[in-house]
Amino acid sequence: MAVLNEEQEMLRDMAREWAVNESPVTEFRKVRASGAPEAFDRNAWSTMGQMGWTGVIIPEEHGGSDFGFMSAGLVIEELGKTLTASPLLMSTIAATAIVLGGSDEQKAKWLPKLASGEAIATLAVDEGASHDPAKIETSVSGGKISGTKAFVHEAHGADLFVVAAKDGLYLVEKGDGVSLTTRKLTDQRSHADVTFDGATADKLTGGGDSLLDDVLDRARILTAAEMLGMAQQVFDVTLDYLKQRVQFNQVLASFQALQHRMADLFADLAQMRSAVEAGLQAVDSGFGVARAATIAKAEANRVLHTMSNQGIQLHGGIGMTDEYDVGFYLKRARVLEASFGSTGWLKHRFAKLGGY
Amino acid sequence: MATQLEAETRSDNDAFREEVRQFIADNFPAELKGKANALAGVDGPTDENAAQKAWREAMGAKGWGTPTWPKEYGGGGLDKKQARIIDEELARAGAYNPIGGMGVMMFGPTLLEYGNEAQKREHIPPICRGEIRWCQGYSEPNAGSDLANLQTFAEDKGDHYLVNGQKTWTSGGQWADKCFAIVRTDKSDKHHGISFMLIDMDSPGVEVRPIQMISGMSPFCETFFTDVKVPKENLVGEEGQGWTIGKRLLQHERTNISGGGRLAGMMGASLGDIAKKYCATDGDGELEDKVLRDKIADFEIRWNSFLLTARRAMEESKAAGGVSEISSVLKKIGTKMSQERSELLIDIRGLQGLGWEGDGFSTGELETVRAWLFGKATTIYGGSTEIQNNIIAKRVLGMLDHQ
Ligand SMILES: Cc1cc2nc3c(=O)[nH]c(=O)nc-3n(C[C@H](O)[C@H](O)[C@H](O)COP(=O)(O)OP(=O)(O)OC[C@H]3O[C@@H](n4cnc5c(N)ncnc54)[C@H](O)[C@@H]3O)c2cc1C
Repeated sequence: MAVLNEEQEMLRDMAREWAVNESPVTEFRKVRASGAPEAFDRNAWSTMGQMGWTGVIIPEEHGGSDFGFMSAGLVIEELGKTLTASPLLMSTIAATAIVLGGSDEQKAKWLPKLASGEAIATLAVDEGASHDPAKIETSVSGGKISGTKAFVHEAHGADLFVVAAKDGLYLVEKGDGVSLTTRKLTDQRSHADVTFDGATADKLTGGGDSLLDDVLDRARILTAAEMLGMAQQVFDVTLDYLKQRVQFNQVLASFQALQHRMADLFADLAQMRSAVEAGLQAVDSGFGVARAATIAKAEANRVLHTMSNQGIQLHGGIGMTDEYDVGFYLKRARVLEASFGSTGWLKHRFAKLGGY
Repeated sequence: MATQLEAETRSDNDAFREEVRQFIADNFPAELKGKANALAGVDGPTDENAAQKAWREAMGAKGWGTPTWPKEYGGGGLDKKQARIIDEELARAGAYNPIGGMGVMMFGPTLLEYGNEAQKREHIPPICRGEIRWCQGYSEPNAGSDLANLQTFAEDKGDHYLVNGQKTWTSGGQWADKCFAIVRTDKSDKHHGISFMLIDMDSPGVEVRPIQMISGMSPFCETFFTDVKVPKENLVGEEGQGWTIGKRLLQHERTNISGGGRLAGMMGASLGDIAKKYCATDGDGELEDKVLRDKIADFEIRWNSFLLTARRAMEESKAAGGVSEISSVLKKIGTKMSQERSELLIDIRGLQGLGWEGDGFSTGELETVRAWLFGKATTIYGGSTEIQNNIIAKRVLGMLDHQ
């Protein structure tokens, strides 16, 4: 665990306490059972706004706390542990785009609302089922945007879309010219293909040529933070289970085969945590973000993949039941794994960044 | 790759092949082409349409659904080569074997080995005709990997047993007609106090409660026995011999779960071909994503070597007579590889490969997502991978028991 300052510790403890007490997995079950495409609880969301989690990376002059990415990551990690369904991750990612690339006017218009949670934003980049920012057809002409974005996370609750077009990023408000087609994925969260048909698009002109890449790197790092929370939780509940389940007159935890498995997973988790925390710190220090983001998401993919499979395996038959939570982590894991860079894509990117 | 294996397996026996071909042409309803055996699995109720029924009855009457089983009990009485010809010809015609389920995969072979004459005459023919569904009453809440810890008790009441207890994870329990169960008949001896018996699922006192799985399906149940009367003639083998019989049945189960050889066909198209549909290719027709290309090639190489291992093991154990300890090796590798394949399919398809329901996904895509989730169970049931490792270490390699 990175060395945290007092502020960060408080933030993390607050998030942990809230997640455990107010937003355990039973809350996600309620969201799932409701079947609402929006797939989150508005009351929980407004609480997040009140606690300031929606404005962690937003500058103070725009209503945020400017605590930075490490802090945002801590909150997202804690909520990942209990699978809290909310647009916090996506709205934070979208806000970074405005922070990095928005004009004073755009910032003044959107950031305070995003900071308070009054408005929700999301990022719409990919046009196919796999992350590939090199292939974008969406285009803007005369201030009107046209194109379809595939599998946009948290699209149903979004008031604002940060949309990648051929020549840059645009802000598009929900409303005329924006239509959603729901895509239900295994994680049972909000996903939709979003079609922009002549909707008004407001370009983010700041941030330079690398704006899209910079935003995506931050998306990778914050997504990895949620994955870290999930991996940590699967590890913890699995370890607890092995310590109490008795077979052959012994707790499973006494079997060396399982002890070594848990030791391997523990080591993997340590690596994942370092990679994710380094990613968050890289953004805060403004140094080596692209490389750090690639490492963070690639390690998150690798470790959560193994952890989510092992979580089920080590629980035995009970892990296969819907009544037990561990399966939910598996289902969300693959969705996040495929978002903002699959392992294969990240390996390409890492090699490219390394110049080989 | 598949073609190389196919070429190797092509058997001569031309006259028999011709007979099979003709039979399929005469009997297989065209409308069922490309469909799978809906009744063989444990994942659905037994509603069958007229065509399915006709096909099942035609194959059942021939005994060709269980081709190597003795003719006198309703099997085909054929040798392995001929059985393989039937498989090949079914595949060629886009047909399937309509006879299946736990009766075929594990209970039948076990009963043929341990059952008495009357039991074989009563139970084997309906299995060969696909008329009866069996379920497996093994696991209990506190008897999973430690199966011999089972507590369901069968009390000797003279002409019958009175069974009380709870089983769990009973696959297909809600659709089954009968259950082969292992139960305790003697509380003083963990292993020798177990007996193997057959229980009618519609006996008074049997209650099943379906459990929902992570894949969304509810194909398995908690099964409760309250004062269930089981006639004495339903005891298979001797009282106290249940552990031995039960373990033999598990060897059959493992061989079947691992796929033996048939899995190859079930696996369908090569991953490379699927990837070319979903992912970009370069001018040479190669996948642009070289990392993915490497992963697929790596998988297909190991998958082929697994199939070859399964083939070799089958031939060797046939020569030695019956199933063998190698079933643990096959189960361990086969289940892991089919899980890997599902994960690769998802990787290839991206988010399109993670659909849960609704528009925008093909039936095939949705099915593979559910199969991916259900497939996580294959390394758990039938003796988990960890238990297979223990079996290999202790029984095959003679390493010491650490427990
Ligand atoms: C989909 C599905 C269908 C099933 N169908 C049936 C059915 O039809 N009939 C039936 O009777 N049963 C069925 N089962 C039950 C299945 O056989 C058991 O789940 C299995 O034996 C594992 O037992 P358990 O779930 O109690 O896990 P546990 O025994 O509690 O095991 C938990 C974990 O610990 C590991 N472990 C346990 N002991 C050891 C050890 N000594 N050394 C190392 N690792 C160990 C296991 O490998 C596993 O990873 C089914 C299970 C599933 C998931």
